[in-house]
Amino acid sequence: MAISKIWVFAEADGDTPATSTLELLSKARELADTLEAVYVGANADALAGTLGEYGATTVYAIDPGDALPGPIGAAALEALIGEHSPDALLVAQSYDGRDALARLSVKLDRPVLTNGVGLRVDGDKLIVGTAIFGGNTLVDTEFEGEAPFLAAIRPKSFPAEPGSGSAASVVAVPTPDAGRAGEAKVLERHVEEREGPKLEEAAVVVSGGRGIGSAEAYGPLVDELAKLLQGASGASRAIVDAGWVPYSKQVGQTGKVVKPKLYIALGISGATQHMVGMKGSDNIIAVNKDAEAPIFGIADLGVVGDVHKVVPALIEALKAK
Amino acid sequence: MNIAVCVKQIPDPAVPGKLDADHTLDRSGEPILDDSDAYGVEMALQLADKSGGGEVILISMAPGGAVKGLRTALAMGAARAVLVSDDALAGSDSLSTAKVIAKAVERAGGVDLLVTATESSDGYTGTIPAQVAELLGWPSLTFAKHVELGDGKVTIQRQTENGYDVVEASLPAVVSVTAGVVEPRYPSFKGIMAAKNKPVDAVTVADLGLGNDQVGWTGARQQITSVGAAPERQAGEKVEDDGEAYQRIVQYLEQLKVV
Repeated sequence: MAISKIWVFAEADGDTPATSTLELLSKARELADTLEAVYVGANADALAGTLGEYGATTVYAIDPGDALPGPIGAAALEALIGEHSPDALLVAQSYDGRDALARLSVKLDRPVLTNGVGLRVDGDKLIVGTAIFGGNTLVDTEFEGEAPFLAAIRPKSFPAEPGSGSAASVVAVPTPDAGRAGEAKVLERHVEEREGPKLEEAAVVVSGGRGIGSAEAYGPLVDELAKLLQGASGASRAIVDAGWVPYSKQVGQTGKVVKPKLYIALGISGATQHMVGMKGSDNIIAVNKDAEAPIFGIADLGVVGDVHKVVPALIEALKAK
Repeated sequence: MNIAVCVKQIPDPAVPGKLDADHTLDRSGEPILDDSDAYGVEMALQLADKSGGGEVILISMAPGGAVKGLRTALAMGAARAVLVSDDALAGSDSLSTAKVIAKAVERAGGVDLLVTATESSDGYTGTIPAQVAELLGWPSLTFAKHVELGDGKVTIQRQTENGYDVVEASLPAVVSVTAGVVEPRYPSFKGIMAAKNKPVDAVTVADLGLGNDQVGWTGARQQITSVGAAPERQAGEKVEDDGEAYQRIVQYLEQLKVV
């Protein structure tokens, strides 16, 4: 039995599919004969065109109402998988993707492979590649036992490339009873206004680390430079752990993976935890006081100096241009 | 209100990690409390205080009966711990681990809320909180940056890509908390002394009613087929700031046409 039918757990960013979903579809299109999507949300019709363009022929759509989508998705997937027997299910390593996959793994009693950065089919085997120890070691793992194989793939692992498919047909699936898991309800949604691009999609990312000295320095140094370069601001784990900026800004192993055209690391020493999230950037500039900081080992341009001197001067020079 | 907290004892992240011959992480050094879990412990202690008492109970799975990390969390103020340690657990994947943790939570008894980190610093699958919730038949409120308890319910602010959602469920439930949302307390001298005598319920896989085939390599049902070095990225130019280094950065930005 080969791997012929692959499902992708689709997510949305407003009324369009999330970039991570399009990346998964692009890769799965190479591997599968049949490619279908499962979407938990109210606006499946709006997504069907793009999902189809990227290769999905069908999208199974479940409206979770005000319930958290992950647990509803897991309950729906259990029934749908029983009915349609896909060989593999791919989800993005996202907030809702992890929730859905984790619960599904229990329902089906199947292992999950997570943090994938590579995906390969070898006969009837699905092999997931991961990068460990700050990305310096690559590990391939294959599933044993029966399909479906369940894998979570890190965003930015594959390029999103449109195909030429027509709109996916939308199959509305009744919302399942997820039991007590379905009790988790969203009461309010708070959208924080963001200037500029999303962190994972920005062409330029400017990140700050412990070396910026304080939470108060993040705005004038990191945000300001990011804004001038029409980029997004990120952070090392150290300053997220310290409560200076929220978790959503974290770049690294336990945060986001970014691959911008340019990554600027300010006051970041370069723990392996951080490097794995940004070493795929096209160009890296690092500014750090410590000449021995590991970040300089991967930086295309390293400036040994005080971020509080170098960055304000840089900002002034850019503003003057 | 009894609150259980998952605490992982991991190899010291300051020491470069390596793999054993079977491709699992070398865990031979004395493990320490995962920094990520200090936030969960602090959150649990604060929630227990606000709810007018009850115990904070630690749940841990570690090789060799490791307790150093547990003593750290007990010194912060947790009342007791359930520690699962068994040679059969070597090679366990996230689902097997979740099965062990769910059973350990049941063994701890009378737990109203289970608090976890969003992921560990060493394995970081990020699936355990929802897997444990599914095994227990509880709701899971994940990626919390703020947690409140009241009227038999838990309400969180859940991190999203663009802000946060307010999410609520009735108890018992699982909550995973993001790092940095509370400031973990330093254990006091009194806390450290008291921790030495706090009970640690050390159990095996069999004590939890699980079979050895449900955990470890057999339970994981996956095989590592290759391990190799990733292509290395080379260092480029390195300059000392003499007050003018910002100009070199401007030049570089111009070359890249980002300005």
